[in-house]
Amino acid sequence: MDSQKVSRDEGNWAKPVASLAPSHVPQGALDTVGGKKVLSPIQGFGKMWQKTYRVSLAGTGVSPQQTIAVWKEEFPTFWPKGSQFHAPLTGIAPGEVALLQASLGGGLKLSTGILVIYADEESFTFMTPQGHMFAGWITFSAFEADGETVAQAQVLMRAQDPLTELGLTLGGHRKEDVFWEATLRALARRLGSDVEPETNVVCVERRRQWSRAGNVRHSSAFRSSLHSATSPFRRKTL
Amino acid sequence: MAQDTVSFAVRRLTDTASAIEIHGDVTAASEDALMDAYSRATDEGARAVLLDFTGLEYMNSGGIGLLVTLLVRANRQKQQLLACGLSDHYRQILELTRLDEAIAIYADADEALAAVSK
Repeated sequence: MDSQKVSRDEGNWAKPVASLAPSHVPQGALDTVGGKKVLSPIQGFGKMWQKTYRVSLAGTGVSPQQTIAVWKEEFPTFWPKGSQFHAPLTGIAPGEVALLQASLGGGLKLSTGILVIYADEESFTFMTPQGHMFAGWITFSAFEADGETVAQAQVLMRAQDPLTELGLTLGGHRKEDVFWEATLRALARRLGSDVEPETNVVCVERRRQWSRAGNVRHSSAFRSSLHSATSPFRRKTL
Repeated sequence: MAQDTVSFAVRRLTDTASAIEIHGDVTAASEDALMDAYSRATDEGARAVLLDFTGLEYMNSGGIGLLVTLLVRANRQKQQLLACGLSDHYRQILELTRLDEAIAIYADADEALAAVSK
């Protein structure tokens, strides 16, 4: 085996990290991911899902490469109102950490982040850390189908813990679908397409991994809920 | 979608183990060919399937997603998924994505077989 051979994808992948260390915390962002490990779907708790959100960019004349360039450059602007994505200073590139706040409803906000594990001219992939709602990857890509460019976001995920699994079952999955559909719609409008996104959801594995139930101790959603629930009882300090 | 530029050759190692030799580029477009190779590798009762990455030339994040899907299939069928022939670079990718915690990695087929037969 020639382990010194340089692969074509070498510069597209992040290097392994023991834990996350955001290089920059923008104003308004909260670093809740420093020191956290990233989790693949293998380390999650709930059922495993593959969710694919697609939108055709037919008639716009934009190439897959142009689509991904715009998506990377303007990523935060495509997110629905109420959620913020704080892009890394150096942009979406392998190894970069981005912080984010996602609205959970009821006034609750989840502060978490992602690691960019892969990026090339036609796709980029985020991996989630401990404390995020799900363990897994989100791959954003663009490709040609029937002569037209299609933009796609594909999530491969498991809820990280039993609490989040319950939340996803009780409407969280639908909220997530709406979130990514809105994101793809905004991207399509930016690129001149008025086509509506399509969603395809597949349950890859129905089995829950009870050995991972302890992930709940890292849950940002759990901590946020607990913080809100106990706030009337905490002693105020002046 | 990207053109499929990969081949998967299935080789029987023992009565209970087969290898899938990967040559070329593994991307999301490789799904049908990889799943077909896995079916051929397990058709005759193999309980362990060794993915031989020696001929791997390129893999993107879609390719890593395929490995997860394959792992789920192997677990469901109570089969063991192993890997060998990984360059330092691809070993690092399995470490980064934490798939090395679910897919045992060996230097070559002999070492993998020795571990499986223990």
